[in-house]
Amino acid sequence: MDSPVIKSFTELQAIKAQEYVHVAMREGAEEAAKYANMTYRKNVLICGGTGCTSSNSEVLISTMKDELKKRGLENEINVVRTGCFGLCALGPIMIVYPEGCFYSRVKVEDIPTIVEEHLLKGNVVKELLYDETVDGDNIKSLNETAFYAKQKRVALRNCGVINPENIKEYIAVDGYKALNKVLTEMTSQDVIETVKASGLRGRGGGGFPTGLKWQFAAANKADQKYVCCNADEGDPGAFMDRSVLEGDPHVVLEAMAIAGYAIGATQGYIYVRAEYPIAVKRLQIAIKQAREYGMLGKNIFGTDFSFDVELRLGAGAFVCGEETALMTSIEGKRGEPRPRPPFPAVKGLFGKPTILNNVESYANIPRIILNGAEWFASMGTEKAKGTKVFALGGKIKHTGLVEIPMGTTLREVVEEIGGGIPNGKKFKAAQTGGPSGGCIPAKYFDIPLDYDNLISIGSMVGSGGLIIMDEDSCMVDIAKFFLEFTVDESCGKCTPCRIGTRRLLEILEKITSGNGTLEDIDKMEELCYYIKANSLCGLGQTAPNPILSTLRYFRDEYIAHVVDKTCPAGVCKKLLNYSIDADKCKGCTACARKCPVGAISGAVKTAHTIDTTKCIKCGACMETCKFGAISKK
Amino acid sequence: MDMVNIKINGMALSVPQGSTILEAARYAGIEIPTLCYLKKINAIGACRICVVEVKGARSLVAACVYPVNEGMEIFTNTPAVRKSRKTTLELILSNHDRKCLSCVRSGSCELQKLCNEYGIDESKYAGVMTPSEIDDSAAHLVRDNKKCILCRRCVAACREQYVGVIGANARGFDTNIGCAFEKKLADVPCISCGQCIVACPTGALTEKDQTDAVFEAIADPGKHVVVHTAPSIRVTLGECFGMPIGTNVEGKMAAALRRLGFDKVFDTDFGADLTIMEEATEFLNRVKNGGKLPMITSCSPGWIKFAETYYPEFIPNLSTCKSPQQMEGAAIKTWYAEKNGINPEDIVVVSVMPCTAKKFEVGRDDQNAAGVPDVDIALTTRELARMIERAGINFNMLPDEQFDSILGESTGAAVIFGSSGGVMEAALRTAADVLSGEDLANIDYHEVRGMADVKEATYRMGGMDVKVAVCSGLSNVAKLLDAIKAGEKSYHFIEIMCCPGGCINGGGQPIQPASVRNFVDVKGLRSKAIYEADANKPVRKSHQNAAIKLAYDEYFGAPGSHKAHEILHTSYVKREKY
Repeated sequence: MDSPVIKSFTELQAIKAQEYVHVAMREGAEEAAKYANMTYRKNVLICGGTGCTSSNSEVLISTMKDELKKRGLENEINVVRTGCFGLCALGPIMIVYPEGCFYSRVKVEDIPTIVEEHLLKGNVVKELLYDETVDGDNIKSLNETAFYAKQKRVALRNCGVINPENIKEYIAVDGYKALNKVLTEMTSQDVIETVKASGLRGRGGGGFPTGLKWQFAAANKADQKYVCCNADEGDPGAFMDRSVLEGDPHVVLEAMAIAGYAIGATQGYIYVRAEYPIAVKRLQIAIKQAREYGMLGKNIFGTDFSFDVELRLGAGAFVCGEETALMTSIEGKRGEPRPRPPFPAVKGLFGKPTILNNVESYANIPRIILNGAEWFASMGTEKAKGTKVFALGGKIKHTGLVEIPMGTTLREVVEEIGGGIPNGKKFKAAQTGGPSGGCIPAKYFDIPLDYDNLISIGSMVGSGGLIIMDEDSCMVDIAKFFLEFTVDESCGKCTPCRIGTRRLLEILEKITSGNGTLEDIDKMEELCYYIKANSLCGLGQTAPNPILSTLRYFRDEYIAHVVDKTCPAGVCKKLLNYSIDADKCKGCTACARKCPVGAISGAVKTAHTIDTTKCIKCGACMETCKFGAISKK
Repeated sequence: MDMVNIKINGMALSVPQGSTILEAARYAGIEIPTLCYLKKINAIGACRICVVEVKGARSLVAACVYPVNEGMEIFTNTPAVRKSRKTTLELILSNHDRKCLSCVRSGSCELQKLCNEYGIDESKYAGVMTPSEIDDSAAHLVRDNKKCILCRRCVAACREQYVGVIGANARGFDTNIGCAFEKKLADVPCISCGQCIVACPTGALTEKDQTDAVFEAIADPGKHVVVHTAPSIRVTLGECFGMPIGTNVEGKMAAALRRLGFDKVFDTDFGADLTIMEEATEFLNRVKNGGKLPMITSCSPGWIKFAETYYPEFIPNLSTCKSPQQMEGAAIKTWYAEKNGINPEDIVVVSVMPCTAKKFEVGRDDQNAAGVPDVDIALTTRELARMIERAGINFNMLPDEQFDSILGESTGAAVIFGSSGGVMEAALRTAADVLSGEDLANIDYHEVRGMADVKEATYRMGGMDVKVAVCSGLSNVAKLLDAIKAGEKSYHFIEIMCCPGGCINGGGQPIQPASVRNFVDVKGLRSKAIYEADANKPVRKSHQNAAIKLAYDEYFGAPGSHKAHEILHTSYVKREKY
């Protein structure tokens, strides 16, 4: 067998030409037309990301293949398992090209119909399509829907487009072309200058300029340097890195090799959490294929540049997303941060100069190399270039991943892309940056989302978690939720984080259970500032942010909890009392029968009452009452 | 040396490049409190008590690990700094068992001292405490994690000893120091050296206190209670009574022991001289008869347990001589008992040792020459100090007294056992005389003295070049043994001491706080006192000790005799790690 090792640009282009024929139809009608008779009649793309996989997309794929075979269509229809499309709430998702029809929440029993009607006879099964793509007889493609129209996919461009387990499909969409360009046309310094000029800043949370980071590491002489990838993605709710790894793993490998060339490193490590089994598997396959094709290993593209990548699986500690803790963990030790300086660019992994970038940052690199720094810098705001992926969740219609140019306003994200807040509720706040971030209140609804704007209002971009809250959310409870997370995830090394965050949580628990005082609020605030100023690493330094930002914008809610002993949003159970409005109660006894603790009494057809000393505030009675007679406050 | 110009609290000064803020402040006469930092052992910036303000820095920085650079402006005494330190202490105390009144470290606790200085409110952040249980499974120490402040100094000290059996378990507020898989210390390959205890700033780690048992024995009229003190105790015990480091209190110590009520006050130095007789003989025999070389000393029970566990392939290299503690005890329960017509079962031998591994050693197999344990109770220097205090003895006002005869008589060769290199030098003094048949005048072997990690020398003796090495601190020892295994090094005779610097720095010695250890050469000062004691001794060679001669004439026969072997030698076992 001929060795598949690609030794030149010509060989790379040959594979691209061969493979693009099959991929072309996913790039739009025009491209589809060019190769119409040279490839499959249709491409059926089924999401194989974590979300859709857990709602059974694997079974959809096998059923689809069986159904095609039954009808002898297996050579006409190309079934592709892709990465995530982003609109996870509608999964499992299936897209049929060249039409670009978007089938949502596909069930196994729908498959024969889709195969028979659409794939065989050519009749789109409208009733199974995502409703927003159906406009009478007109069927919109994915990119025309509100969710996608405002997005600009750079980091996620291949997710949901290519088969992540086939290096040739990656090459078909210009994969490894940037690496070739770097190795054959650019000096290391050229690469660094390009990344610097692009204005790319770290997408993992800190927002440090990526090119500058590379410059520092390049400037340090050492016998060995390392390129690391932070794929530890620990923020609850954020999953853009997982999506890239599941949908486009080669982009990370390519970018790491480029970084290796830029700083003079020959070894890379990807630190990925073990809870991402699909991402791990795809990375393993990608590394194996990249080695087979000579995109990793010795003398890449026949140059004297050699680079290899190894995986390291993390056990899921949030702190291991902190750069020094991550490196300590790769070294095989307990994942705990170490003091800086020395910074990793000077003394990082195994004591050698090291750069660490997160997955999303890397995913931008090949495009920056191919399209140029100016192209990238043309997107975004003055100080934040390019796009950012946000994981949109909470009280919003469309939950999922959205990639938007930096500077898009929160309003656009919520109302247009996200489809607004369900059930006619009002927007109250958005929480960004996960447990290290803060809240954006309604008065900043028009704030352009970028690093500095969010910092200025006490929040942060962080890794891109974006949780929307409506009027039913208690801000004290939200702060408590995030603090519980950091208390759990504190590594325990430094005093302020280990003990301080626990004491903060205890104060919050006191407040939400109705035992707090105004002094407690002051004491808590003071402790927050102490923890920020004194903690060893970023985890502790940002842990108080959810409290500080809710105190900043929703102090009245805290005061209501401690002075009036009420939870205005009706969330904090210990401050709630359920009561029955005697005028509305018909005495149907439904609530009394439902109550698990026998707290409701009353004769048939007479108004019932709740014994608040017995009530456990589960809310079952309120759900049961057909007459709206039960209220909580 | 490159210097950098900085300002501390407005004061301009020039300090060596690479200094930390902590070190730089010291040059300016400014104290910065520390808890987790221990020079050359633990620099992790974890406790945050040493925070200072640096102009332009985003947050406060930890002075113990933050390097100075040109033009840096540092402020160590601002309201923000003081308030932060106070809060740190208040948080630590909120998760600390505040039973200071009954704590053995009350008065020498680093946390207590700082809390006092900073005027803290001890219940400001009262809340739940991390649950923990006391681990008293091991022979030598007790861990009470309710008093642990998670400075990790013990973890670093243990790793520095190349043992590393303790570390952080769980995380966040539940973090606790313990053994892997929550095992008890007795179930892991701890070597009992006690370096963790002397590293502990609080009362979380203490030696297993046996003072009550000693008081009880003394009060028992049916018991003949004999005490003997190790070579190094005389130069360290004074520290417990406020004397400068390196003060020799041999006379006051003997007086105090007598006032405590011991029936006989002996000196382990006699046992050390006896050890030299046996060990030098063993060495010469091994050389002559093609025995296993290099021969390695066996005085240090921490080292012995380390060898048995981590380097069992070196067991045949170990001298079969019991340690001086055990030789002294064996001689007391055989020769002394017979000579004075006392039933060995009625004798209680108490030793005062610089060492917690000695508490393990007394319980070893094959350490019972008279059918009963050679030594019954091994106390540390610290326990002896507590006994003296408890007995109402004003140590500093005591007169100087002598040890009792005969097992209290010793030479300069014995006293230097207390410092790294001493056993080697003592053995060389005797071996050189034996081989030359002369009473050599030049008996100072400077090459093997001092605090270097490894000391090597070659001496011409009896027509051969004797290659020796002296090594202390088990990280250094591991490196040396690896080099020997790899064939990179070869010697005839090696002295190994478990603790860095030897017994003067043992795990049973008075605890010097980090504020002293970080800036004062404690080992050097104690060692200096040891060699001064040697220089002042009228007899400085073991084989010239009249009591030793008598012991052989009356009882043991000749060094290395069958009887000597039965009473004064022992055996070793290979130990599994886990």
